[in-house]
Amino acid sequence: MDLENQAAIKSIADEVGSENLMVVLGMPGEGLRLAVETLTTGDPSWAGPLAGVSLGLPVFHILEEKVRAQVPEDVYAEKLLMMEMVLDLPQIESDLASMRAAG
Amino acid sequence: MTAYLRAAANVLVHVPDLVRYGSKPWREAARNNQAPNEVFTDLRSFEDAVAYPPNQAFIGNLPPENLGEIQAPWYENPLAGASPDGVFGEILPQDSFYALIEAADQFGLIMLDRERFVPGDVGSESAAALLDREKPRKKYKQEEISGHIERGEALPLFQGGDLIGCVRRDHESDESLDARILLENLAAKASGGYALSRLLDQEGIAPEQVEYVISCSEEAVGDRYNRGGGNLAKAIAEMAGCANAAGVDVKSFCAAPIYALVHAAALIEAGVVGNAVVVGGGSMAKLGMKAYFHLEKEIPVLEDVLGGVAFFLTKNPEDGPRVNLEIAGRHTAGKPSTPQGLAEALVRDPLARAGRKIASVDKYAVELHNPEIMLPAGAGDVAAANYRMLAALAVMGGEIAREEIPDFVETHGMPGFAPTQGHIPAGVPFLGHALERMRVGRLGSTMVVAKGSLFLGRMSRQADGASVLIEA
Amino acid sequence: MFKGKKVIALGERDGVPGPLIAECIEAAGAEVVFQKTECFV
Repeated sequence: MDLENQAAIKSIADEVGSENLMVVLGMPGEGLRLAVETLTTGDPSWAGPLAGVSLGLPVFHILEEKVRAQVPEDVYAEKLLMMEMVLDLPQIESDLASMRAAG
Repeated sequence: MTAYLRAAANVLVHVPDLVRYGSKPWREAARNNQAPNEVFTDLRSFEDAVAYPPNQAFIGNLPPENLGEIQAPWYENPLAGASPDGVFGEILPQDSFYALIEAADQFGLIMLDRERFVPGDVGSESAAALLDREKPRKKYKQEEISGHIERGEALPLFQGGDLIGCVRRDHESDESLDARILLENLAAKASGGYALSRLLDQEGIAPEQVEYVISCSEEAVGDRYNRGGGNLAKAIAEMAGCANAAGVDVKSFCAAPIYALVHAAALIEAGVVGNAVVVGGGSMAKLGMKAYFHLEKEIPVLEDVLGGVAFFLTKNPEDGPRVNLEIAGRHTAGKPSTPQGLAEALVRDPLARAGRKIASVDKYAVELHNPEIMLPAGAGDVAAANYRMLAALAVMGGEIAREEIPDFVETHGMPGFAPTQGHIPAGVPFLGHALERMRVGRLGSTMVVAKGSLFLGRMSRQADGASVLIEA
Repeated sequence: MFKGKKVIALGERDGVPGPLIAECIEAAGAEVVFQKTECFV
């Protein structure tokens, strides 16, 4: 993940506290895996401000079932419905499930 | 009056010893207190870069669709008998490119030690044409070069790891004239000039015939009072011998090539000029952008080439397919900057205004980033995602059923094959292929579509984009 | 799930971009404290 974003997120987490904070992501694939890892156990590339920092933030993807269910229907239909056809939703669900299982 | 696309040329320059000066490698090396040359030694050979299937697709020797039939990873399956000379492009080795950068420089910024650096036979008539126009160059001595480097006034230039010269800053305190910035700008000028020279050569057009040059290159040319002041176009025109051409730069991040095509066609339609060239030079800053991911996964550093593109537009109907300005997409400031908002504004809406369906366009050329470079870095397959978005729009418009999305993507799309050079993959690398196919009646229409990440400049959270239809 | 929560929205240009995530999550009752769109090209 971009080093500047890591720095910004770290300072927000320091200020707000990890317990009140969550992250919602929008990228698929390998990028999703890297982002989840960076925001929970720390930057896997050991390059950024989150290297060795376990923020342990709850991380979600905007298109997972339980997140989609929270978005009002009209907003969802207008803004996100199309993305269902563009991104691989089952893949996103299974990627997140395996990452969460691995803890 | 109407504008027609007569010719397209795509060039690549293999520059393994410049990868270290890409923005990411340079920054990472500084952060780790490493000399920038420590990480990126031992990169791909010229022969490997030439035989790399996506590069062969880029210069016109392989239909992009055929990449789908080559076993991945493509870097492990080089094309046998691959040539650096393509149907509408070519690949230049680094030593020849140093000679081009030296020719592009009029201020004594590039200092080459001619005793240590003897460029091989250039092997490209288009590149040689740019050298012939220049006066004999000054020969710098090794001590002089090392002196500049030691005093921190210059960046070393290497060939196969050997120090063969340097690029000098031109002002002590103006960061816009810093050595690395000047090298970036010269690399864009030289690769743009090379693409233009190849275009003219290929078509047998005399440089003096060119009336107007629009550059869509990304570099911020200027000094501290005019950072990004621009007009690399005129510098490129001069280098390529287009003495009768005026020029200007058009910028909008990665969407610039499409704007440049639209502007060039509009100038012709309005009768301001009879012909115009669009040219884009390569982006040194993007070399090795994802190289750390590649190294970590034991993939060769694939971002080791600069790209260059050039297009010739005319007012003569017999010259080629029409650049149809009636179907040119614009993304207005009030539109949402989402993939959907962009696709609607750039593809669905302009076609609908002309009473046409999305599926009525034979081939879409979206941003054609090579997925093999993108995926290991956690970036998605940009081309595939864009094609799926167009298919999704066709579903929403009732043109196709949801199950037909994969068919739509296959029929109207292609795998990405362009180097990740920002503006270079912006749909336009397909135009050479499109022209070849249109000449023999195998393609009726293509729409080039590209997006620009406007938000990167911190002036707006918006994205941008542009599109235009080209049809026989 | 999101009501009263502070949320970081981190999107991608060719996936779901940051501002779009922010809009949807705000509609779900969250307070977006940071939003960004990554661009790999």
